[in-house]
Amino acid sequence: MSTISHVIGTGISSAVQVAVVAVGGPVLVGVMRKVRCRLEGRVGPPVLQPLVDIRKLFRKQRFRPDQATWIFTLAPVMLVATVVVAAAITPLVTTHPALRASSDLFVLVYLLLVGSTLLALAGLDAGTAFGGMGSSRAVTIGALAEPALLVTILALSTTAHSSNLPAIVSAILAHPESVATPQRLFALGALLIVIVAESGRLPVDNPATHLELTMVHEAMILEYAGPDLALVTVGEAMRLTLLLGIFVNLVAPWGVATSTSVSGVVVGLASVVAKVAVVGVFLAVFEVFIAKVRLFRVPELLAGAFVLALLGVVSGLVAK
Amino acid sequence: MGSLQLRHVDAGSCNGCEIEIASVFGPVYDAERFGTRLVASPRHADGVLVTGPVTRNMAVPLKKTVEATPQPRVVIAVGDCAHDCGVFRGGYGVVGSVNDVVPVDVSIPGCPPHPTAIIEALRGITRR
Repeated sequence: MSTISHVIGTGISSAVQVAVVAVGGPVLVGVMRKVRCRLEGRVGPPVLQPLVDIRKLFRKQRFRPDQATWIFTLAPVMLVATVVVAAAITPLVTTHPALRASSDLFVLVYLLLVGSTLLALAGLDAGTAFGGMGSSRAVTIGALAEPALLVTILALSTTAHSSNLPAIVSAILAHPESVATPQRLFALGALLIVIVAESGRLPVDNPATHLELTMVHEAMILEYAGPDLALVTVGEAMRLTLLLGIFVNLVAPWGVATSTSVSGVVVGLASVVAKVAVVGVFLAVFEVFIAKVRLFRVPELLAGAFVLALLGVVSGLVAK
Repeated sequence: MGSLQLRHVDAGSCNGCEIEIASVFGPVYDAERFGTRLVASPRHADGVLVTGPVTRNMAVPLKKTVEATPQPRVVIAVGDCAHDCGVFRGGYGVVGSVNDVVPVDVSIPGCPPHPTAIIEALRGITRR
């Protein structure tokens, strides 16, 4: 009986997590746009504008290039599907989501990589010059972010002696004194840089650009229209929210439920929404004051992230 | 609708209208308040914003851009030149007005039209 109720509890918690990421993603993008516009002295679009845009896109005509193959059709669906699975198994609201044992940092990283790889292939598949250029850049940035991310995972997992994400979060909750060790601070700094690079935000990519030569992510999706574009937009917004959600729960896990009780899930939900909103607003403010770095300097930024993560691992070994 | 993404096509304009469009989306007039936005691809757009008389070189690209825009779509002719070729009427490089090449849904008069006139027309489409 208790196992059945446990399964139902974890299932409901996971459904809550997916729902909050799916709805919260576009809203977070809207909030970040609003903050940027306000600081630029503009009123800016309403916070819910991305949701209105997505609803409209789902009602529009489906358009596919003549030369495109099944990859072009599959990529948006897979992008959303991988993020949904990742959102279901990560400890965003509770440390007991469904498939807790599979909620490994390596699993999450490569789950999200499936979506971005297919999107890069879809950029090539459309057969336009800009699509291929965008894919080549996105893959370059992804390949450079990868080593930094893996060393970050190593640094984060030594505290909990596991790369299982719920175990890491639970370990910090159980040992609050270990929250600000140099090892974790270095690793979380590296993680933030990687998240910014992976989700195509400034200073690596400018999501507001309309100049094809400066585009990275948008160049890949230039050929998408209607419902396909809606899926890509939702998937990207969800991925940003998910990555920030993982980040905030690694930085400050307080508030996340340690069970699947109703009150725990409600508190966990409120806390993760508040924490992600704070980090999102902080990122938006930061973006107003910086410019996009040249593409050839992105490797330096990601090398910096790699060195930070490595420092984290080394300081963890020295402290032992 | 509440949401309107626009692809801008310069079919042979003197760039007077472009400056007004730039200021429509600038901090002063800020058309993004009403759910309109300029996008980089006609595939992402709901409307095509056309300026200038249609020149020989731009007639085919304009047609292709409008065809590449998914339905339902609107074609907005901005300025007197787009409406009836303006001062360029009868020029040897001019094919005709925008309506001679693609069907126009909304026309905004003016040489160049004031940003408020452009915003008024856009708000008429988004109903906001």
